[in-house]
Amino acid sequence: MSAVEVDLQGAVEDAAAHLYVWALKDIPQDLRDALAAARDRETSVPGQRVLNTIVKNVAIADEQNNLVCQDTGIAVYTCRVGEHFPLHPARIYAALKHGTERATVEHPLRSNAVHTITRENTGPNTGHRLPIVHWEFIPDWDGLDVKCVPKGSGSENMSFLKMCVPADGVKGIKQFVLESIVGAGGKPCPPGIVGVGIGGSADYAMYLAKEAIARPIGTRNSDPVVAQLEDELFELLNETGIGPMGLGGDVTVLQCHIEHADTHMTLNPVAVNYQCWAARRASAHVSPDGEVEYDREA
Amino acid sequence: MAQHEVTFPITDERELLKLRAGDEVVVQGHIIGIRDRTQIRIFDQGVEPPMDLRGSFLLHTAPGVRKREDGGYDPVCIGTTTSARMVRFTEPLGAQYGVRAICGKGGFPDEAIEPMRKLGMVYFAIVGGAAALETTQIEEIEEVAWEELMPECLWKFRVKDFGPLTVGIDAHGNSLYHDVQSAAQEKLKELYARL
Repeated sequence: MSAVEVDLQGAVEDAAAHLYVWALKDIPQDLRDALAAARDRETSVPGQRVLNTIVKNVAIADEQNNLVCQDTGIAVYTCRVGEHFPLHPARIYAALKHGTERATVEHPLRSNAVHTITRENTGPNTGHRLPIVHWEFIPDWDGLDVKCVPKGSGSENMSFLKMCVPADGVKGIKQFVLESIVGAGGKPCPPGIVGVGIGGSADYAMYLAKEAIARPIGTRNSDPVVAQLEDELFELLNETGIGPMGLGGDVTVLQCHIEHADTHMTLNPVAVNYQCWAARRASAHVSPDGEVEYDREA
Repeated sequence: MAQHEVTFPITDERELLKLRAGDEVVVQGHIIGIRDRTQIRIFDQGVEPPMDLRGSFLLHTAPGVRKREDGGYDPVCIGTTTSARMVRFTEPLGAQYGVRAICGKGGFPDEAIEPMRKLGMVYFAIVGGAAALETTQIEEIEEVAWEELMPECLWKFRVKDFGPLTVGIDAHGNSLYHDVQSAAQEKLKELYARL
């Protein structure tokens, strides 16, 4: 391993450690704006109480330099790796893992990772196949984009998959998303971002739903047919009356994002992955010489 | 929807009967943190809890803490977890140990309504995720038992102006969660017809 590669791995590790804590403390501006707008729009008394408390909580986290939510989640990273980025993904993964561990020990952060059968703690928010990384490889590029999305369990427990059939059509997709969010009630800490993955295969639909919750709030799918479905579902979900924290009200979701993939002619998979109101994410761009630029908007 | 201030552990249980689903409540005094593994130990493994739970207010939490050199703990970030996972412990907590209030986020399903009515218990809804605020309302971690379950120990917190909480299920058989869910199921029929 050359000296350059060692430095680059260190830079990615430092970035991961910074991103994990930053994401937990300082929620993005687009989310702050969406929460403030929700507070102004909500008319139910318990719903207003919840949204006022949420906005106050975000301000206190800023003032006290504390975490917005105690659930430090499972660390999920999305990586866009340029074809010419001079650090192999195996080393990028090692850097993300060590960065997650360092952030957990040094802050300290609550460690949530357990063996899935024995339930014994496996380490500082790391373990077998933890953290989780989504990879995308970009031709003709030499950079690396890393986004950290700490995913809380209250919302992750509200994940749903249905293998609709083609004859169910778009109506079937809409019904499944609606029944999932109504059934989830207050458990996933609404109002949050409903991520929907459609098409592909069973596993890929859920992967896409997770990609959808990590997008900046209110962004739209580049395919106009899918973007229209995002708009329609967003309106429908807010007619259900579930409201903030499931206590009833006008604002049930802050947004609905959809990612899609083409699929088999006999498949129509729909996956729902919920992201709580504390929809934490933080991003960095790493250049091939190890320069790190942090990005609050991505 | 009235506003109340209640101190725990509760000395006069009639106070809880004044609370109605939807009311706003601020809590003073002492509350006890408890979670999945803590209750599995008490009820499934039959281990007596080493704290007096009579008249208590339980909070569904696994706090983020920092251990001091003297062995005590300082709060780092204390928030609240989803209650529904732990609903089956409601009746034994009230009947065997005298617990009178449970606080968490997301609510309890309908099976909690009758035991809470029968035993004069109340479910308080907190704002999930609002842990930065909640941490400022915890004055001190006074006692920790079962440290080996970290962070799912039994925690005794002294609180000041803990809230605002919403009465989610009252001691009269009313549940905001039941009402919201019933209305939403009716609404779904209307929405499906429009698709």
